[in-house]
Amino acid sequence: MMAEQSTFSRALAHPSFRLGLFGSAAFILLAIISLMWTPYPTDIVDIPNRFSTFNAANWLGTDYLGRDQLSLLMRGIASSLKVALLAVAIGALIGVPLGLAAAAHRGWLEAIILRFNDFIFAFPAIISAIIITTLIGPSAINAMVAIGIFNIPVFARVARGGALSLWTLEYVDAAKLSGLSNAQISMRHIMPNVASLLIVQATIQLSLGILAEAGLSYIGLGTQPPDTSLGLMLKEAQSFFFGFPTQAIIPGMSIVLLVISFNLLGDGLRDTLDPKLSKAGGIDVAG
Amino acid sequence: MSLVEVKNLVVRFGDYEVVKNISLSIAPGQRVGVVGESGSGKSLTALAIIDLLPDSARMRGQILRTWPAGEMVRGRHIGMVFQEPMTALNPLMRVGDQVKEALHLHLPNVDFDARIAELLAEVDLPQTVAKRYPHELSGGQRQRIGLAIALAGEPELLIADEPTSALDMITQAQVIALIRRVCDKHNMALLFISHDLGAVAALCEHVYVLEKGKHVEDGPTQTLLSAPKQAYTQRLIAAARPTRRRATALQTGKPILQLNGISRRFRLPSPFWAQKQYVQALDDINLEIGEAEVVGLVGPSGCGKTTLSRIIAGLQTAQRGTITFDGHAYGRQLGIMPNKARRELSMVFQDPFGSFDPRLNMAQSLYEPLHLMPELGHTERRERVHIALERVGLAPDMLGRHPHAFSGGQRQRLAIARALVLRPKLVVLDEPVSALDVSIRGDVLALLADLRERYGIAYLFVSHDLDVVRAVADRVLVMDKGKIVEQGDVDNVFEAPQAEITRRLLDARLYI
Repeated sequence: MMAEQSTFSRALAHPSFRLGLFGSAAFILLAIISLMWTPYPTDIVDIPNRFSTFNAANWLGTDYLGRDQLSLLMRGIASSLKVALLAVAIGALIGVPLGLAAAAHRGWLEAIILRFNDFIFAFPAIISAIIITTLIGPSAINAMVAIGIFNIPVFARVARGGALSLWTLEYVDAAKLSGLSNAQISMRHIMPNVASLLIVQATIQLSLGILAEAGLSYIGLGTQPPDTSLGLMLKEAQSFFFGFPTQAIIPGMSIVLLVISFNLLGDGLRDTLDPKLSKAGGIDVAG
Repeated sequence: MSLVEVKNLVVRFGDYEVVKNISLSIAPGQRVGVVGESGSGKSLTALAIIDLLPDSARMRGQILRTWPAGEMVRGRHIGMVFQEPMTALNPLMRVGDQVKEALHLHLPNVDFDARIAELLAEVDLPQTVAKRYPHELSGGQRQRIGLAIALAGEPELLIADEPTSALDMITQAQVIALIRRVCDKHNMALLFISHDLGAVAALCEHVYVLEKGKHVEDGPTQTLLSAPKQAYTQRLIAAARPTRRRATALQTGKPILQLNGISRRFRLPSPFWAQKQYVQALDDINLEIGEAEVVGLVGPSGCGKTTLSRIIAGLQTAQRGTITFDGHAYGRQLGIMPNKARRELSMVFQDPFGSFDPRLNMAQSLYEPLHLMPELGHTERRERVHIALERVGLAPDMLGRHPHAFSGGQRQRLAIARALVLRPKLVVLDEPVSALDVSIRGDVLALLADLRERYGIAYLFVSHDLDVVRAVADRVLVMDKGKIVEQGDVDNVFEAPQAEITRRLLDARLYI
């Protein structure tokens, strides 16, 4: 039953993982291409050609300034992904060590970290973004920091929860007997064993980050023109929605598809990585 | 006419045949035991009888039941008691309601409250238990509730799948006596599944021995035990009667470990406004272990033996008292265990599956204790690990593999090897053979005795199994409620027990 299969090939057998992987890979590919090349430049206004519909020259038409929609979309996906990825990185880099430290030390340190988490959790990303914007001014980096701060307690909790159950295991006792410090045990034994939980959480936070970035840009707190992002495109298209609905539908559908892809990817990963959820894992075949 | 007859049962998962051609029959009122080690297919055989095989299993062969086809068999005609009493009960329901649920299904016309009271009385539980939740009950009480639920439908056959494996010795003996009494009273047939030959022999009239899904031997209990035909059965019986392996001409030397007035208490969880309540896990423990001495530590569950062994190993700290080990003194006032003392001591854990990090290969795990000896060079480290492996009878070319590639017995050998890498003077053995199959227990015990004879290592052997302790230890300490209530030479203590708890532990043993 438990044939020697790599996690990846087991995951590939999972339909939602396959779908999610395909979708996210397509979006990421578009984003990477946009960094080097777009069909048209996105910073040149071409008013006579504005609001053109789908045609051979501009596959997805042009916007209210006559810019190519496809080029804007590629750029937009790139900046949305960049914000979400860095926000996840900020959250994981600060949150995971906090969570591991809380699980390793227990007692007062754990209490402080947990209350700090609760404190941050009380401020949704949008509130942090407004505070940062009032202090520094709106930009994509501020959106990134705001979403990243919101991610810290999420990663800290997942890391702590996974680590707590590992700290009771006998191999951790054996490591303590070998004179390893708590930090060494966390790095050597705890971190690799909670990694799968964290990877799953990261994909979920990535899709939430894309949504949050779109939201922040939509209300003008995120990416600023002449840069573009999916949320910003949506905001600019809003005024012309009844005249030119495709202007809003294109970035809107992209957000939906992007988020669904990452969610499916996360679901598939969780099902394959977490033995508690797998169907065959629950039965003791040998007994 | 038999109640249930299994003919040529084959159960397979995919291409993997787990049960190979097993036949057995149970007559009305007959108590039948099935003995086998893990992987012998004994549980699947029982699940096939009660029609609870997992969906992925494919079954071939015949199961003849006396009852007409289509009639509800589970609960009404066959009751079942499971191994793990905590997970067999719904944690969110009062146990009385869980008994009522079974009554609802099978005997909807009886007076529920009166019947529940009857059932509770039958399994020796006070009536107040009905209003409790599973977490408020002890393991033995939970298993009694499991039995009451199984009895609710007044079945003709009771299947008990390792019902006592999760219980301590004293409770195990009580539950076995209870099952026997209940079966006799209702003339109920019993299918008792266990890895423990002692438990089966205490309860059953007829025993089937299974190995790796195959039928090895069966017969009336007495005949089988006194004249086993097959080599496998002989090995099982021999392993259930551990033989004495005393070190010959081995003088136990001056004390290496001394504990003075060690105490430890735990605060019970309670709201912050309530009066703080404590459990005294260890109460003024004094003990000594000499060089190359094997000291057994026994006691009922919850007596503090685990806490004591963890304090000695340095995994927990005591709140009062001092420890002197190998010339180093430490304790509450004197600070934590110094690394110099740590290198002279190691520990072997109970669970061979939990004691290795599944993501590290064996080399990484076995080199780990050498963190304590930073002065050793690369070649010396390698030599130490290889010698430790040779001592436990394994080859160094296994080091690249991960834990899942080893069997339980091999892992326990590797755990012992890891303990030996430091060349310690004292090894704490926390139930080192309890999680192992009976047939490999003997090998591991022999290995431990061997290592001690050759290298003069002292052991603190913590176990609930008195026969094993008697076979390996020179001296035994009996603990109860955080205190050492009796100590002395194993033979003296076991022949003429002074403390009440020692007598109760000895009485609870299941002879074969």
